Amino acid sequence: MAFALRSMLRNVAKKIQVRGYAEAPKEGEMAFTFAAGNKVFYDKQVVKQIDVPSFSGAFGILPKHVPTLAVLKPGVVTVTENDGKQSKIFVSSGTITVNDDSSVQVLAEEAHPLENLDRGAAQEALSKAQSEFNSAANEQAKAEAAIAVEVAEEIVKAVSA
Amino acid sequence: MLGRFAPGVCTQVTMGVNQQQNRNMATLKAISMRLKSVKNIQKITQSMKMVSAAKYTRAERDLRAARPYGEGAVQFYEKAEVTAPEDEPKQLYIAMTSDRGLCGAVHTGVSKVIRNRLMEPGAENIKVICVGDKSRSILQRLYGKHIISVANEIGRLPPTFLDAAKIANAIMTSGYDFGSGKIIFNKFKSVVSYTQSDLPLFSQKSIENAPKLAVYDSLDSDVLQSYMEFSLASMLFYALKEGACSEQSSRMTAMDNASKNAGEMIEKLTLTFNRTRQAVITRELIEIISGAAALE
Repeated sequence: MAFALRSMLRNVAKKIQVRGYAEAPKEGEMAFTFAAGNKVFYDKQVVKQIDVPSFSGAFGILPKHVPTLAVLKPGVVTVTENDGKQSKIFVSSGTITVNDDSSVQVLAEEAHPLENLDRGAAQEALSKAQSEFNSAANEQAKAEAAIAVEVAEEIVKAVSA
Repeated sequence: MLGRFAPGVCTQVTMGVNQQQNRNMATLKAISMRLKSVKNIQKITQSMKMVSAAKYTRAERDLRAARPYGEGAVQFYEKAEVTAPEDEPKQLYIAMTSDRGLCGAVHTGVSKVIRNRLMEPGAENIKVICVGDKSRSILQRLYGKHIISVANEIGRLPPTFLDAAKIANAIMTSGYDFGSGKIIFNKFKSVVSYTQSDLPLFSQKSIENAPKLAVYDSLDSDVLQSYMEFSLASMLFYALKEGACSEQSSRMTAMDNASKNAGEMIEKLTLTFNRTRQAVITRELIEIISGAAALE
C-alpha cells in the first residue's frame, strides 16, 4: 500500500515537472532574462512585452523584435507578463540585448522593484548628489556627481509618478 | 611569534645532548610539546573550516543570482558569432584568483592554465593581468615580464559589482591594445568539485568584423563601446563570484581534511606519549626494586 502510494506520488511529481518544461520558450516567443548585480528578476522566462529606457530613447520590445544592442538609462523597466500582470523595476544602468532568436537580455548594474523605493530617501539622495555636484573639485568628480544627480532625479520621478 | 618558536629549537638541541643520558624523559617532554602544538593547529583549522562554511553558504547564494547574469553577458558574443581576429596576435589573459591561500589547488589551477599557454609558441604577444595576489606570486618569478597589472585586496569580502567595475576600468585604461583574450576562472560545480573555465574577451574591432553583427539594428560605435565596457564588467563580476564560491568551498574541504589529519596525528602522538610514560614508570620501578634487592 505504502509502496503504491509512493509510486503514485512520484508519478504526480513527474507530471508537475513535465508541466514545468512545457513553459520553456517555444518558437516565436521571447525568452527574457533580467538580471542585476543584486538579484535575478527573470531567467529565460516567456513574457509579453518589455518597455526599457535607453540612451537612444525609450522603446518597447515585443516577440520577434529586430536584433539590437542598447545601453540602459536610469529609469523604469516595465515588464508585461503573459497573464497581463505588469511589474515595474527601477534600473540604474546596464545593457539591453535582443538577439535574432528573439531572446532578450537586460543586464542592470543594480535594480529594485518600484514599490521598494522610498520617496523621502530618494529626495535626500538627490539633494546630496546636487550638493556634491556643486562642490566637485575636478572634471571627473563633477562627471560622477552628474551621474548621481541623474539617477537620483529619475528615482524621484519614478516614485512620484 | 618568534618567542613561541625559540623554545622548540632549544629543546631540540638539548634533546640531542639528553639522548644519551636520559632518553625517555626528553622524548616525553618533546612528545607532549608536539601534541600540544598539533592540538592548537587542529583548533585553528577547525575554526577556519567553520568560517569558510559560513562564507561559502553566502557565496553560493550570491552565485545563484550571478549565473543568469554571466550567461546573459556572453550570449551576445555567442549569438553574433564574434571570433578572435587572426591578424591580431596580441592577447590578454586575466587570472581570477584571490589574496588568500590555504584553499587547495584553486589558485594553482588558474595559474597553471596561463602558465601552459605562456609556454607555448607565440607567448611573446600575451600579456597577463593578475586579479589577486596569489596568481601574481605564482606567475611573477618565471613570467614577470608578461604581467601588466595586479589587483589585490580580493577575497577578504564578497566581491561586488564595484570591484568588477574597477578591474574593468583598469583593463581599459591599461593602454594595452589587445585583439582578443580570455578571463580564466574557477567555475563552481559542487562543494567537492570545480573546474578551470574561461570567458572570451574581444576588442571593438573584432566585434565590428563579426559575421552576424549586420543583423543587429541601429548600432553606432558609441553604443557598441558602452555596451562592451559594461559587458566586460559584468563578465568580471560573474567570474569573481564563481571564483569566490569555488575558493570558499575548496577551503572548507581543505580545512576539513587538515582537521582530520591533525586528529589522526593527535591519536598517534597520544598513544606514543602514554606508552613512553608507562615505559618510564616501569623502568623507574625496576631501578628501585633492583636497588632494594641489591641492598638485601
